Amino acid sequence: MSEARISWIGGPVLRAVSQDSFTIQEAILVGPRELPGEVIKLNGKEIIAQVFEDTTGLEPGELISGTGTPLSVRLGPGLLGHIFDGLLRPLKLNEDPFMEKGVSKRDEVVCGFTPGLAAEDAVHGGAILGQCQLKGITSAVLIPPGVSGTLSWIAPKGDYSDTECIARVRDPGGAEQTLAMSHPWPVRIPRPVRKRLTPDRPMITGQRVLDTLFPIAMGSRAALPGGFGTGKTILQEALAKWCDADIIVYVGCGERGNEMAEVLDEFPGLEDPSTGKLLMDRTVIIANTSNMPVAAREASIYTAITVAEYFRDQGLQVALMADSTSRWAEALREVSGRLEELPAEGGYPAYLSARLAEFYERAARVQTLSGDEGSVTIIGAVSPPAGDFSEPVTTHTKRFVRCFWALDRDMAQARFYPAIHPLRSYSSDAGALAHWWQGHGNPDWANHRRRLLTLLEEQAQLERMARIVGRESLPASQQLTLLCAELVNEGILRQSSFSLVDRYCSPKRQTAMLLAVMDFIQLAEKAVQAGASPAEIAKLPLLRRLHRLGEEFGEDQIKRLELLRRQLEYEVESLAGGSSRES
Amino acid sequence: MLFLERKVRVGLNHAVEVISPDGQTRIGRVAALDEQTIVVEVLGSTTGLGLSGTLVRLDDSPLRMPVGPGLMGRVFNSVGRPLDGGPAIVAEQHRPVDGRALNPAARALPRDFIETSISTIDLMNSLVRGQKLPIFSGGGLPHDRLATEIAQRARLREGVSGGFSVVFVGIGISHDSAETFRLAMADSGALEHTVMFLNRADEPSAQRLLTPRFALTAAEYLAFEQNQHVLVVMTDMTNYCEALREVSASHGEIPSRKGYPGYMYSDLASLFERAGCVARRQGTITQLPILSMPGDDIGHPIPDLTGYITEGQIVLGRDLDRRGIYPPVQVLPSLSRLMDAGTGTGFTHPDHPALANQLFASYARAMSVRVLESVMGEQGLSSRDKAYLEFARVFENDLVKQEQGRTLEQSMQLGWQILHSLPTAELTRLSAKQIEHYLGGRKDD
Repeated sequence: MSEARISWIGGPVLRAVSQDSFTIQEAILVGPRELPGEVIKLNGKEIIAQVFEDTTGLEPGELISGTGTPLSVRLGPGLLGHIFDGLLRPLKLNEDPFMEKGVSKRDEVVCGFTPGLAAEDAVHGGAILGQCQLKGITSAVLIPPGVSGTLSWIAPKGDYSDTECIARVRDPGGAEQTLAMSHPWPVRIPRPVRKRLTPDRPMITGQRVLDTLFPIAMGSRAALPGGFGTGKTILQEALAKWCDADIIVYVGCGERGNEMAEVLDEFPGLEDPSTGKLLMDRTVIIANTSNMPVAAREASIYTAITVAEYFRDQGLQVALMADSTSRWAEALREVSGRLEELPAEGGYPAYLSARLAEFYERAARVQTLSGDEGSVTIIGAVSPPAGDFSEPVTTHTKRFVRCFWALDRDMAQARFYPAIHPLRSYSSDAGALAHWWQGHGNPDWANHRRRLLTLLEEQAQLERMARIVGRESLPASQQLTLLCAELVNEGILRQSSFSLVDRYCSPKRQTAMLLAVMDFIQLAEKAVQAGASPAEIAKLPLLRRLHRLGEEFGEDQIKRLELLRRQLEYEVESLAGGSSRES
Repeated sequence: MLFLERKVRVGLNHAVEVISPDGQTRIGRVAALDEQTIVVEVLGSTTGLGLSGTLVRLDDSPLRMPVGPGLMGRVFNSVGRPLDGGPAIVAEQHRPVDGRALNPAARALPRDFIETSISTIDLMNSLVRGQKLPIFSGGGLPHDRLATEIAQRARLREGVSGGFSVVFVGIGISHDSAETFRLAMADSGALEHTVMFLNRADEPSAQRLLTPRFALTAAEYLAFEQNQHVLVVMTDMTNYCEALREVSASHGEIPSRKGYPGYMYSDLASLFERAGCVARRQGTITQLPILSMPGDDIGHPIPDLTGYITEGQIVLGRDLDRRGIYPPVQVLPSLSRLMDAGTGTGFTHPDHPALANQLFASYARAMSVRVLESVMGEQGLSSRDKAYLEFARVFENDLVKQEQGRTLEQSMQLGWQILHSLPTAELTRLSAKQIEHYLGGRKDD
């Protein structure tokens, strides 16, 4: 064990002098309370390190001991359904509601183990050794990557502690290694996979504006930028609740404590719409709220992605919600400032873009070491200062993501949620996903999507024009375009996360709603060509119902939507008929 | 900053007392340490300090504040010393002023609706107990009056467990604003439930960084040890941020946007995150910070970073104020993030959220019509657009403007009444049932 003595300390950064050797990114324990830290720089006999907890009370001369391994977290049973800090130490409800430093140690988890392999089986890293059961949640026990050989012994079915030896592996050289249900993994190193696959199916989010206009593929990556009050957190939470991933890793990075309380309050009472299981049982929460130490904020993002990869390696589809990556970048900036590094744009260190790229690159759809298919999808919120998307974190993030869901302040102020601006957002995944929709009830999905986007684009142009000449002076066809665009906005894109009926929208219902609106647009266009006036169409009582499609036709009323379409045909056509007869 | 030779053992961030040759004491803290030196940040003026004759007394713990039941009704300076000529506090505890972070797992979700008697807040941006809701204001706007009224009138709708108290924190404010608040609280007989912390504009800026910390320490004691529901009014946070910039610059730190330090977000969060409800404790801390937006610019780093930390904001508008509308709350940019947790079925009224939503949507629409009107004049507008203009006028003059307090029921009734000026087809945020019930029996155009 290498040791060093503190020579200088200020804020979360310290310098120490040592005769022993340390390595870059080695995890260290600082002072008598053994505060966790990490080596950032080595300079001759001097080491520079960051401390993940409040350094109040530390003084020069105190001891630092190296652990010999990079900053690691222990991956195993007992993660799902719980809340952890940025270093994956459990946050528990104690008598004292405030955080204590240096004492929150990981507890051992005792759970049931069922072996899936037998002695003398050949094994390799990433293979599934068996299953473990904990409070009704079954998950796979993985052999840590890097281990391979023959299984010389495996424990029989029974209850074990997660750090207890449950199997021994003899490697080709004859050396034995012991395995437990959990194993440590360094957070800054991506877990290995057999190969990376191209994303090919959508992650259904249950949000119409995303699934229909800006879909994201399983294993892809999206950024969610927006000024304060535009609904980033609500949308992240809605995605965490309703998307069809198997596992959700939700990391609150430098955000509000009450948001974590909200997730903890709400999730245990909600069911996953696709499996009917409790949402909390598929969720891991990692919280480094804005008042918790800043260095641990920087680590929390890596902890979260490592946890996500661990579940991916069990052959699961994982979604990682990071709220917010800007706070993580600011933590980088703060530590960089304390190291007196030369700042680049906006005071951020020059390696900001490299770090962002590394992070987003860990999202992937892969073939795991055990041959299964798994994926990690990253959805990162970005909080640009003053809502200005030209700032460094947003611009760099934009280079590495495939979906860009831009939140708009004006829409949010009119309480139009989700406030995703249809003209400033994009999805590079849309092309690859059209065939999925073809097989799931909407062969024309790509055309419909294109039609909606052009309609919204036209709306923006016409509204500019209407501002000069007045709405009434536009030709009938253009007035109709405005009417239809408004219907698309109100009827399809607007969706309240707080409405019990509309907070989740299945692909089937989305398709039914989309078809109803498409029918209306087509019929109305025909009617206008036949001489009906847009004003008449605007007065149709049916239109009000179409505007409230999401609210009025829940998941159990998709059939009624069919009826509505027939009624639509009748009403709009009779209007056209009436007008043409008059003329 | 003082640089001392390190001959004694002292820990980082520990408190120090600096005594100048003339016997004046200032407090400070240990900012950095190496083998030979102790760097002390003096939280006060360094005038009169010399290299010889200055005495530094080192403490073995971070800055602490003595707290006890005698806090109520007292006035303190920035560093927790009595300003009202009264005796020192009989200390039941000494609490570190920086506080400790609340364990996110120990937080309870704020859900208790607080009736402030102001329609634009109660009806449209509801405040709940344990929330931090700042008022974004500007120089010359009546934010002090608004905060005072809220502090005087705020009440829970149903039976309250635990007492109610107010902590007023004046950060870099003038003597008369502090006095106005004190008199107003005295008038309503609430002074004995009020603790005041005053840092006047002419006091050293480094002390400004301590004022809210001392005050919040007192608030935490009252809430979590004395089971009080504490409302903390902090004014003016802009002065706090200016002091932060000044102190950071004097440390030679690399500045971020507009010269403010890169850690301003974390620093503000360490104050605002001290609001909240805690599981298994009765008391709560609700924060109502006031800040004046420099140049009325909501994109300025101070309101911007605040908005990212707090749970919404109430924005005051100069044009409303000029038109004599009090309180001049700009409804659209205002927001309460916890509104959904504390309103609706089981909390206020089942139709409250839908009504608020509809008013927001219609008013936003009306504002875009106003832009249109400014280009084309009212004659160029369609009848629908004219209805929106009328709606906006009534909304501002009848709902936003109020002379007296209103109960939530009164505010809601007004809200429904105002919606009468719009055609039913426009009210897409309301269900057919709600329209039938509240707006029924009317003829549509």
